[in-house]
Amino acid sequence: MSQLIISVGREFGSAGRAIAEELAKRFNIPVYDRHLITEIANKTGLTTEEIEKYNENPKHLIFSRSVRGYSNSIEDNIAEMQFDFIKKKAESGESFVVVGRCSETILKDYESLVSLFILGDIEEKVKRVMKVYELSEDDAKRLIEKKDKKRKRYHNYHCSGHWGDSRLYDLSINSSCLGIEGTTDALEAYIKARVNNMK
Amino acid sequence: MSAAQIFAVVIFAAMFVMIVLDKIERHLVTLGSGILTLGVVFGICMRDGEAIWNTLAIKGFATKDFWYQVTESESKGINWATIIFIAGMMIMVEGMAKAGFFRWLCMKIAFIVKCRTIPVFITFMIMSAVLSMFIDSITVIMFLAAVTVELAQLLKFNPVPMILSEIFCANLGGSATMCGDPPNIIVGTSLGFSFFDFLTNTGLCAGICLVVSVIFLYFAFRGELATKSGEKIDISKLPKPSEAITNKKDFIISSIIFGCAVVLLITHATTHLTVASIGLFIAAVTLITSGKYALELIKKVDYKTLVFFIGLFIVVGGLEETGILELIAKFIKNISGGNSMLMIAIILWVSAIASAFVDNIPFAATMVPVIQSLSETTGVSLRTLAWTLSIGTDIGGSATPIGASANVVGTSVAAKNGYPISWGRYCKKIAPATIIVLAVSTGYIFLRYL
Repeated sequence: MSQLIISVGREFGSAGRAIAEELAKRFNIPVYDRHLITEIANKTGLTTEEIEKYNENPKHLIFSRSVRGYSNSIEDNIAEMQFDFIKKKAESGESFVVVGRCSETILKDYESLVSLFILGDIEEKVKRVMKVYELSEDDAKRLIEKKDKKRKRYHNYHCSGHWGDSRLYDLSINSSCLGIEGTTDALEAYIKARVNNMK
Repeated sequence: MSAAQIFAVVIFAAMFVMIVLDKIERHLVTLGSGILTLGVVFGICMRDGEAIWNTLAIKGFATKDFWYQVTESESKGINWATIIFIAGMMIMVEGMAKAGFFRWLCMKIAFIVKCRTIPVFITFMIMSAVLSMFIDSITVIMFLAAVTVELAQLLKFNPVPMILSEIFCANLGGSATMCGDPPNIIVGTSLGFSFFDFLTNTGLCAGICLVVSVIFLYFAFRGELATKSGEKIDISKLPKPSEAITNKKDFIISSIIFGCAVVLLITHATTHLTVASIGLFIAAVTLITSGKYALELIKKVDYKTLVFFIGLFIVVGGLEETGILELIAKFIKNISGGNSMLMIAIILWVSAIASAFVDNIPFAATMVPVIQSLSETTGVSLRTLAWTLSIGTDIGGSATPIGASANVVGTSVAAKNGYPISWGRYCKKIAPATIIVLAVSTGYIFLRYL
């Protein structure tokens, strides 16, 4: 198979990461999500906790400033490092799945890119977040709202397109309709069709 | 307040907010605000064609004074001399960087002190201050911080204290001369001061402050700068300074041009050549000697910064023509009760605090007409107020990571190499250093001028 890059954008609680990991297994390619954090930690000598703190976070508008492409915002610099990392991986011809990191925009020039966005019904997302993070319903709702707000600001700051806007992705899918397994099956079929089209 | 005044203030305030929010590139913000000022304030509200021409200041190009100035003269509206000078220096600096001048200088000094951490720390601080007297601090920090990180990785020390100290000294060095920091160029060209005027006034103050800063920063950071004990430094493993030179001929030429620029600037009160002439001359010589690379150098000029200046001067022109800046001057006069000591303290500390959080260039451009008006109405020497403004805006910018361009570039270079500098980390030692230097500067101004 020639190069295949699967970009997975996701709403918090939609099981986007789990679906991305399952897709990576099925296509036997690596997934870059947490790995991106450890990779940058190894490269820079920072701890994963330090990077996690700034990962996929929007910069603070009042406390940040940019000058000739340089920014004092740690969030911006971590984001740039991650963008560079996935660009290099793509340039090297490697196939991989990447979760978030504006990858649908950063890698949009690659013909081998299949960009997906996973969303979900709020009830299902709340149930999942309550289970995974052992939270009450109200706390789960608050966490979803907070995380999605952050992801949206992060994405829309770095990209011209809007986070979650279906026009930005090849396929947007509601994981609540088919569940993790069913959604992954549907996406696998779609990606296979795309791969056949690429040949 | 008249409609023109209201619109001038609204445009200015909106411009400032947009610059701080950084959503739209700042040159587009000032240019858009400038066009609005010309159209709405001068055109619709004032119906004053002459105000537009005064602010655009295009006729200044045709005057002899613009290029060759025997007596001091003040300028209004777009400060084209500042723009031409900055453009000229940008071309020269690009030429020097291409030849490997800055990297060579950093490595050479590191080798002279045998790459020992504390001597490197002290010499790099001094070099940062001295280079920033003539070259924009962004370029100085861009190279110095990169070499510091490289040395830190090879010699195994933490580069953050060194980068923070270099940033601080770059801002301090910039305050020493007329061309060191954009606020000084604006103050100097707007009020007709020479390079030598700055050197003997703000320069002396910066020199005293540099000694204080080096001592303070040494004691503040010495614990963090220790290398692993017992490890010997093998400097033969380090890249040689000569390896930094990309082309020997270009290196020699760019060094000579830099030397000429320094001599022309120091002597411009004697030769009567204005900074606009010097900027144009330096740019022309750099381009001629670059041959086929001339176009490449022209392309590398940061046009966005030049456009930023043009828009900014128009907006400030709007405040000036509508009399808003006079109102601000009156306000400062009233709260100081005509007490010159209090007036100076207000200008210095308010400039410093404002510059710590917002871009010091718009602040300085706005304050120049204010201090002119203050001087006229209170009788306090314009020179004293000018040095106060320059010192306040230049040094105040050091206090936070966003106060000056050098801070942003330095912290960004550090972060990209795995040494993120948070606000807390930055301000813990640098904010006290800024306050100490401002206190020393206040004492200097009081003792020398009052």
